[in-house]
Amino acid sequence: MESNGEGASRIRREIEALKDEKARIEQKILDLEAQLQEEASLAHQQQQSESVCNGCFPSVSAADANLAHGLTADSIYRYSRHLLLPSFGVRAQSNLLKSSILVVGAGGLGSPALLYLAACGVGRLGIVDHDVVELNNMHRQVIHTEAYIGQPKVKSAASACRSINSTIQIVEHEQALRTSNALEILSQYDIVVDATDNAPSRYMISDCCVVLGKPLVSGAALGLEGQLTVYNYKGGPCYRCLFPTPPPATACQRCSDSGVLGVVPGIIGCLQALEAIKIASDVGEPLSGRMLLFDALSARVRIVKIRGRSLQCEACGENTTFNQQHFKDFDYEKFTQSPLSTSPPKLKLLAPDSRITSKEYKERVVSGEPHVLVDVRPEHHYKIVSLPKSLNIPLTSMEARLPEISSALKEQEEGTGSGANLYVICRRGNDSQRAVECLRNMGFDLAKDIVGGLESWANDVDPNFPMY
Amino acid sequence: MHLMLEFGGGLELLCESVKVHNVNVDMPKGADKLTMKDLLAWVRTNLIKERPEMFMKGESVRPGVLVLVNDCDWELSGQLDTTLEDKDVVVFISTLHGG
Repeated sequence: MESNGEGASRIRREIEALKDEKARIEQKILDLEAQLQEEASLAHQQQQSESVCNGCFPSVSAADANLAHGLTADSIYRYSRHLLLPSFGVRAQSNLLKSSILVVGAGGLGSPALLYLAACGVGRLGIVDHDVVELNNMHRQVIHTEAYIGQPKVKSAASACRSINSTIQIVEHEQALRTSNALEILSQYDIVVDATDNAPSRYMISDCCVVLGKPLVSGAALGLEGQLTVYNYKGGPCYRCLFPTPPPATACQRCSDSGVLGVVPGIIGCLQALEAIKIASDVGEPLSGRMLLFDALSARVRIVKIRGRSLQCEACGENTTFNQQHFKDFDYEKFTQSPLSTSPPKLKLLAPDSRITSKEYKERVVSGEPHVLVDVRPEHHYKIVSLPKSLNIPLTSMEARLPEISSALKEQEEGTGSGANLYVICRRGNDSQRAVECLRNMGFDLAKDIVGGLESWANDVDPNFPMY
Repeated sequence: MHLMLEFGGGLELLCESVKVHNVNVDMPKGADKLTMKDLLAWVRTNLIKERPEMFMKGESVRPGVLVLVNDCDWELSGQLDTTLEDKDVVVFISTLHGG
């Protein structure tokens, strides 16, 4: 009788042997399937050539009927579930295969939009982006994988699209969209999808679509809300008809500041793909002259009627002279008072002697200098990570909480006989400048801010400090 | 007059993060109707708790804010002159740019 140990190893050997056999059988099945497909396509080609040679015979094969639609056997199989839809069918799929769509931005909106547009069989799919994939993109920019961190988003997105559908053309435009290149890039496509993340880009893309006569599928998402509409479609309004005057820069929040729940741009991006598909395939009623408003928290979708094309619109109105040359010369950053790139603004409010660097601050902490560090970020930022012994007084409530700063300073001064210094920090060094300016006006003459905020602390002092 | 007011796209932050407000608004003294212009003045006094410049510019809303009366752009109903009826739903929404 064999011992337990021998019994177990015998069973393991048997399992290994069966697994090998299973793999061999599976490989055999794959080979046979490939062989079968090859035979089928050979037969198909033969039928085709026969029908050409024997033109006098009436067409009898099903393959001939299909070919009249321009769909190959592979296409019929790949898109069969589209073809089975009575309201979509062969006509819409053929339209889609002949269409070209440009997606500007391969981020939160562009990710799902691109995945679906590639999968559904858009003939030529263009991607514009100049960013690289970062770890903090992953929660919403689902087209990218960890392996692509640090690489261009366009490359990552194009590779994902190709792996879903190798039969369509994917075009990579690895550059920032500017007035200098927008006309040339957009003119190569039938439909444009705006999946960008800032106000000047939205005006620029809309204007460019107007001068080129292209429909624009525009989506936006922030926090827990999303918005979607189609501009410049069959006499409908453009972005400027709706928003002739740009909003103040302070009203343009960014996902990198305000946050965004990943699935929210996911939903809007999917809806953008849907609208683009409807326009490209010429089915249904595109969302022109209407706007979809999505509120994730209350699970509500509202579709509202918006104004039509404005006769006074500077881009598309009746007497406008706006043309390609005007577009090229237009300064969208100046117009909207905000940058086309997503890089955060660098405020220069304070004189250099009102500021210290993060390294200098570190030296002062080490030397035991009596001081108070006020962190002016919002409370929910402070909860993510903060410097030890800092006092969280958000900028918005600072004026009301000045007594707390005074008493903290007094506490530091006790027993030292000299004054305590007051430092202010925030995430990137903008709000801290605003705070110091306010503090100085309120009599805290020695207040200084830390240049570059916690970001510079993480970069220059403590590489292990978590950044968000 | 009973109205339902909704704030979205970040405008709710100006009214203590409350999105939906069921309110009663009286007609201005001597007037026989309530217009959007009256309502905006009422909202600014009674609901906007901070940074009113993020909601209004002059006597209208600031650029980038869409106003919808019963799910319809107020541009189509006369903007500031739109006359409101009992139980109307008025939505103020800031346009989003993120993605």
